[in-house]
Amino acid sequence: MASNNRPLSPHLDVYRLPLTAIISISHRITGVGLSAGTLLLACWLIAAATGVESYDKINAFLGSWFGMVLLFLWSFAFFFHLSNGLRHLFWDTGRGLDKADVEKSAKAVIISAAALTVLTWFIALVGGAS
Amino acid sequence: MVEFTLPENSKIGTGKTVTAANNATNKKVFKIYRWDPDNGENPRMDTFELNLDDCGPMVLDALLHIKDDLDPTLTLRRSCREGICGSCAMNIDGRNTLACTKAISDIKDDVKIYPLPHMAVIKDLVPDLTHFYAQYASIKPWMQTESPTPPIDQERLQSKEDRAKLDGLYECILCACCSTSCPSYWWNSDRYLGPAALLQAYRWIADSRDEATGERLEELEDPFKLYRCHTIMNCTDTCPKGLNPAKAIAEIKKIQVAKGA
Repeated sequence: MASNNRPLSPHLDVYRLPLTAIISISHRITGVGLSAGTLLLACWLIAAATGVESYDKINAFLGSWFGMVLLFLWSFAFFFHLSNGLRHLFWDTGRGLDKADVEKSAKAVIISAAALTVLTWFIALVGGAS
Repeated sequence: MVEFTLPENSKIGTGKTVTAANNATNKKVFKIYRWDPDNGENPRMDTFELNLDDCGPMVLDALLHIKDDLDPTLTLRRSCREGICGSCAMNIDGRNTLACTKAISDIKDDVKIYPLPHMAVIKDLVPDLTHFYAQYASIKPWMQTESPTPPIDQERLQSKEDRAKLDGLYECILCACCSTSCPSYWWNSDRYLGPAALLQAYRWIADSRDEATGERLEELEDPFKLYRCHTIMNCTDTCPKGLNPAKAIAEIKKIQVAKGA
């Protein structure tokens, strides 16, 4: 018997992940993104505490197109993680776990994260100009 | 442990192609995972073009048509052909389900068939379920009691309401579709019990006649056995019996919190 040489059946490559699973892995990825973003926030605070020169430097970086992209991604990660975190909190009460409900709430998380991100940037770029 | 790619001996090659007769009008292509333990080769995907007029409506009918008429070496488990034995669980069109209850007409493209994911393969579509069954046995799936056995002409009674709590739990046929659809189970099946065993664990916790609820909960209070469930919901999505293992796991977690409070 060649039982010790048994192959492992394919998994991630062949499984067609449902939306709920894609939301789940995105929750992890945005969580990692949030930690990275927090380092950026710490840098900004340290720069502010260090002096005018370093504060101007980091503001110039964050105001550049690359800095803005990072901030945009960070804000989306924040709102996605927040929305889905509330979904998890609701689940912890034992509710909303039926198949139809989890699919609905998955879509709601995407819509809410996108809407909150757009709203925030609208206020920051347009509303805050005055 | 998380390993996204397959080990060297598990990489899948291209196998043979069998085409249908030219005059066939109702053709469908089936791509099927094959592995022969005796020839020392890697797994391969064989392609069979079938004339659907020659076989029944379900994926299992197509597999048995291949085995009977085209390639008798094709190996798979099957028994009841009506969704109650759980033998023909496999990965069809990217999701785990029973070949006997999955209609061919539900699949738009070529029909791709693999064994249940992330399992050791014994041959072709037959995975090794030894560990899966051992995990089921570990939750002690029988009624445990301390109170004296009722007299021979009586039973341990249960109210209608208490009996109703077992609906959606006792129907599980242990086909392993749910556990092998779960990424947490893929990466941690050595220590995480998986949705099927946990659904059954809850089936006995929820049973008003069982008197070992405390021990059962104690046994599950473990970072891996129970808490590797991250509510990914693949189990509930894929269950061919329409059960909800994720909800059963959430109920166990809820009881654990209430117990600790």
